[in-house]
Amino acid sequence: MYSYSDFDADFVANRNRQFRAQVARRIDGSLTEDEFKPLRLMNGLYLQLHAYMLRVAIPYGTLNSAQMRQLAYIAERWDKGYGHFTTRQNIQYNWPLLSDVPDMLDALAEVEMHAIQTSGNTIRNVTADHFAGAAADEIADPRPVAELLRQWSTDHPEFQFLPRKFKIAVTGSPNDRAVTAAHDLALRIVERDGEIGYAVLIGGGLGRTPMIGKIVNDFVSQEDLLPYVEAVVSVWNLLGRRDNKYKARIKITVHEHGLEEIRALVDQRFEETKAAFNGADLALFETIKPQFAAPDFAKRTVSDFERAYDADPVFRSWADTNLAEHRAEGYAIAQISIKAHGQTPGDATAEQMRVMADIAAEFGHDELRISHEQNVILPHVHKSDLPEIHARLKAHGLATANIGMISDIIACPGMDYCALATARSIPVAEKIATRFDELKIEKDIGDLKIKISGCINACGHHHVGNIGILGLDRAGVETYQITLGGDHTENAALGQRTGPGFGYDEIVPAVERLVEAYLEEREDASETFLETYRRVGMPPFKAALYERDPARVAAE
Amino acid sequence: MSRAFTPKVITANALIEGDVIYLDARDNWTRELSRAELLTDEAHAQLRLVEASQRHAEAVGVYLADVKAGDTGPEPTHFREDFRRTGPSNYFHGKQAER
Repeated sequence: MYSYSDFDADFVANRNRQFRAQVARRIDGSLTEDEFKPLRLMNGLYLQLHAYMLRVAIPYGTLNSAQMRQLAYIAERWDKGYGHFTTRQNIQYNWPLLSDVPDMLDALAEVEMHAIQTSGNTIRNVTADHFAGAAADEIADPRPVAELLRQWSTDHPEFQFLPRKFKIAVTGSPNDRAVTAAHDLALRIVERDGEIGYAVLIGGGLGRTPMIGKIVNDFVSQEDLLPYVEAVVSVWNLLGRRDNKYKARIKITVHEHGLEEIRALVDQRFEETKAAFNGADLALFETIKPQFAAPDFAKRTVSDFERAYDADPVFRSWADTNLAEHRAEGYAIAQISIKAHGQTPGDATAEQMRVMADIAAEFGHDELRISHEQNVILPHVHKSDLPEIHARLKAHGLATANIGMISDIIACPGMDYCALATARSIPVAEKIATRFDELKIEKDIGDLKIKISGCINACGHHHVGNIGILGLDRAGVETYQITLGGDHTENAALGQRTGPGFGYDEIVPAVERLVEAYLEEREDASETFLETYRRVGMPPFKAALYERDPARVAAE
Repeated sequence: MSRAFTPKVITANALIEGDVIYLDARDNWTRELSRAELLTDEAHAQLRLVEASQRHAEAVGVYLADVKAGDTGPEPTHFREDFRRTGPSNYFHGKQAER
């Protein structure tokens, strides 16, 4: 894992000192809110519906156990004993006092963490595949380049007042687990003639105008990467629509100017940026890379795993859904679901954070990851340790066996917390999960991604959910629109609206009817919801939603 | 004919805690919507908004929220204001836990 240099530590400490003084001046009345707001946003501090919210960056979703323990400590000391993991691999604290935030930031700095550029019109936390460094299908670990981008973008003097926010994601695997096509800029590590380089996508994004990212360059070499990315951001910084915040994101710039024009402008600008880079970026990259070296994987028998798998059906069920293939023999990637049925997606208590930290320290080479799907990952665990790991997780409500299934729902905070929301998302997610747990058909349904947003800004990624749910305010009533067929993988696709929306009490039965239609239409149990939708199209689902058992619409 | 004025209250978030506050008739901030001053006259409401907005060392994001008169004081007319006066629905946190 990356360790702060003296420069990094000084930078964060200085920023924290500045912000402490800014908070003091706000509290003593020397700064108005208009003056203070841009300063607090630069440091991740929002004001939400019921309280402030501090958004802490977890760069490329990677944490060690000491960091996770500190997150737990902060949750208990200054918040309400829990934290909320987000779709951008951040953690949010929902109840800090303004006067406590400087202390929280100092506590984060103790473990090399911060909240810088988690808000505002800046380059945000760089996200990455949560299986980075562990996945069997990986070309190269995306984290070194994500860290390089983090250092380059942090306090970048040209990019502190961009037209709008700018989100970057990196994947090192052709199987895209980082929703790269929904980012302003995405890097996909590719290999060409033995050389590692990057396919660069731009102009992806969800929100009110969802767009799938387009390849602006199919191969940028390592030595050209930072100048190229700088050229992209620089071109957009000049062209981006500062007159209208709804048209300011790069996806609109690309849409309005066309990919060809943008590509030509980027190439032109690249000549200048390339000349300005002196190779220090490459030297830095070489010092970053070894810090992400793979741990020493142990060679042990997996017989303990096999015994438990054969003997314990609960363990077997968890292993079948929550484990992913690791690149090292005898190892697995274990996914800890933070989606217990009926609980808030992405919320972990301080106690649960400590349990996960302890397991990572003892069995997981001290590594944890946060996924954009709001779960926690143990990227490197030996299979023989999994029965013990599972038992500990189970004792703390962390062994829900539902990864990738209908109850593994992404949900934004919605109107329970967010000042921008137009409807609630969390209780909808809780109710769907509870309902399908009662029906006991979750395993039979198989892979199905439900993603819920509480407003058109789409933090809950509803456009790329197989079933997407968007909460809106229709004449003062919470109303939920459904989209079908969205895909967040390398085959990224936007869902299509089914038709009129459903009330708060109607949305769970509506989802149930969609699932019934899928179970009737699928060719066999191996055909997923998305595959069935792609084969049969919208009509049977539409019929199920709007024609079947109208009496049940009002049920519940 | 001009439209009838929907009654309002002055609301904001407290500077330190960030929680929802309302202005009462005695110029104090209260945590309870039911104790807020019910503003039924548009000109008076605008004046109160100007006055409250100047208290930037106490309150953030001051605005006029629609309400209706209820038996125990102002009541929300929109679900957003109902959540603001209550707290989140996933945990017993916020105002509902402080009563």
